[in-house]
Amino acid sequence: MPNSLVRGVRRTGHRVIDSLWRLGVASRFFVLILLHSGTSFRRLHLIIKELFSTGVLSLIIILVSGLFVGMVLGMQGYDTLQRYGSEEALGVMVALSLVRELGPVVAALLFASRAGSAITAEIGLMKATEQLSAMEMMAVNPIARVVAPRFWAGVISMPLLAAMFSAMGVFGGYLVGVKLIGVDEGSFWSQMQNAVDFQQDIVNGIIKSFVFGVAVTAIALFEGYDAPPTAEGVSGATTRTVVTSSLAILALDFMLTAFMFRGEG
Amino acid sequence: MSSDNLVEFQNVSFAYGKRPILNGISMSVPRGKVVAIMGGSGCGKTTLLRLIGGQIRPAQGQVLVDGQTVHDLDADGLYHMRRRMGMLFQFGALFTDMSVFDNVAFQMREHTDLPESVISDLVLMKLHAVGLRGARDLMPSELSGGMARRVALARAVALDPMLIMYDEPFAGLDPISLGVIGNLIRRLNDALGATSIVVTHDVHESLEIVDYVYFVSDGVIVAHGTPDEMRASDKPFVHQFVHGEEDGPVPFHYPASSYGSDLRLGVKNA
Repeated sequence: MPNSLVRGVRRTGHRVIDSLWRLGVASRFFVLILLHSGTSFRRLHLIIKELFSTGVLSLIIILVSGLFVGMVLGMQGYDTLQRYGSEEALGVMVALSLVRELGPVVAALLFASRAGSAITAEIGLMKATEQLSAMEMMAVNPIARVVAPRFWAGVISMPLLAAMFSAMGVFGGYLVGVKLIGVDEGSFWSQMQNAVDFQQDIVNGIIKSFVFGVAVTAIALFEGYDAPPTAEGVSGATTRTVVTSSLAILALDFMLTAFMFRGEG
Repeated sequence: MSSDNLVEFQNVSFAYGKRPILNGISMSVPRGKVVAIMGGSGCGKTTLLRLIGGQIRPAQGQVLVDGQTVHDLDADGLYHMRRRMGMLFQFGALFTDMSVFDNVAFQMREHTDLPESVISDLVLMKLHAVGLRGARDLMPSELSGGMARRVALARAVALDPMLIMYDEPFAGLDPISLGVIGNLIRRLNDALGATSIVVTHDVHESLEIVDYVYFVSDGVIVAHGTPDEMRASDKPFVHQFVHGEEDGPVPFHYPASSYGSDLRLGVKNA
C-alpha cells in the first residue's frame, strides 16, 4: 500500500516536472524565434514564400467555411429574430457574431488544422531527414532560416484570413437572409453599419486573430522542432499541434473576450 | 599536438544520458589524408562526426580542429569554423523544398555576397564535378539514391572546405553508384587539397580509397593502420569485420538468458 502510494506520487511529480520542463523549452524556443527574426525581415522573400503556403493555400477552406457559417447564421438568426418581429436586425446579428467571435475563432481553428498541422509535419520531417542538422553544419541557423519566416508568415496571414472569413460570412448571411428569405435589404445593411463599431468590434476581432495567429504558429513550429525524428514522432506531433492549438484558441478567446467586452450590454 | 593533424581527439568520452557511447578515444587525422572510421552499426561513429562539428559536447577530453578546441568556441566561432567544413549526411539530407541547383547554391547565397551570375557558374562547376550538371532543375524527390548522394556531395564541397566529413556515404547504393561515390571522395579530396573523414561500415569500398583506418567498437578504438595492414591483420575483431564473418568478438546473438531456459526445456536455472 505505501509502496503504490509512493509510486503514484512519484509518477505525478514526474509528469508535472516533465510538462514544466517542456513549457520552459517551448518558451525558450519562442524567445529564440523573436531574437532571430531580423534575418527574415531583411530577406522578405523568405516570408513571402511561406505566406503563400500558409496563407494563400488556406484561402479555399477559409472562404468556403466562412460562406457556409454565414449562411447558417442567416437561417438560424432569422428563425429566432422573427419570433420577436425584429428580423431586420439580422444583419447586425450576423455581422457582430462573425466579427467578434466566429470569424477569429473558427478561422483560427481551421488555420490550426490546415496550416498548423502542415507546418509541424514539414519541420518534423526536415528534422527526421537531418535537413536541420545539415543546415546547422553549414553554419546556417535553422531557427533564423526555417522557423522564423514561417512564424511571421503565420502571424501575418491569420488576421487577414479571419477578416476574409468574416467578410465571406456576412455575404453568406446576406445571401440567405435577403436574397432567399426576403429580409429588407436596406435595413439589413444600414442597421449593420450603425451597430458595428470599428474600435470595439472590428479592432478587437483583429487583435484576437493576431493573438491566435501567434499561438497557433508558435505551437505548430515548436511541436515540429521538438518532434522525435521518427514516423510515429512526427505523426504524434502533428496531432498534438491540432489538439493543443485548438484548446489554446478557445482558452485565449475566453480570456480576451472577458477583457474586451466586459460591462457591455 | 602537432600542426600536421587537422583533427585530433584527445581521450574523448561521450554518453547519451546514462548510455556511454565513446570511452576515452584518442586519434588524429593528418592534413590532406582520407581517413576511414569503421565499426558496426550503433558503435558511435556518427557521434565522432557530431563532436567534430560541435553539435554535441564531449563529457571528457578534447576535440581539436585546426588547433582549436571545438567545444570552447562561442556560437560565432563555431559557425565560423563550420563554414570551413563540409558534411555529407547519411541519406544526403537535401533540402526537399529546393531544386538541385538551389541546394548547391544554398551556402553561397547564405554566406557570400557573390552576384547570382558567379554563383551560377560555381554551382554548375560543382555539379559538373559530380556529373550532374544536367540535373540542375530537378527536385530532390526526382533523384535516385545515388544521384541524391552526389548532389549532397556537390553541396558539401560548395565552399571548398578544408575538412569534408562523410556519414555512411555508401549506405544503400547500387554497385555502380558505390564505385562512383568512392572515386569522387578520393578525387575531390585531392583536388581541393582538403582532408576527409569517412565514417562507414563498407569495408571493401573504403579500403580501396582511404589512407588510414580506425576501427571503433564499444566506444574504443580496437585497431588502426593502413588499409594493407588491416587486410593482413590477425586481430580477431578486424578479421571478423574485414571478412564479414557472422560470429566472433562481435557476437551473432544479442545477450540473452540461456536458450534452454527460454524455451522452458525443464532445465531449472540453466
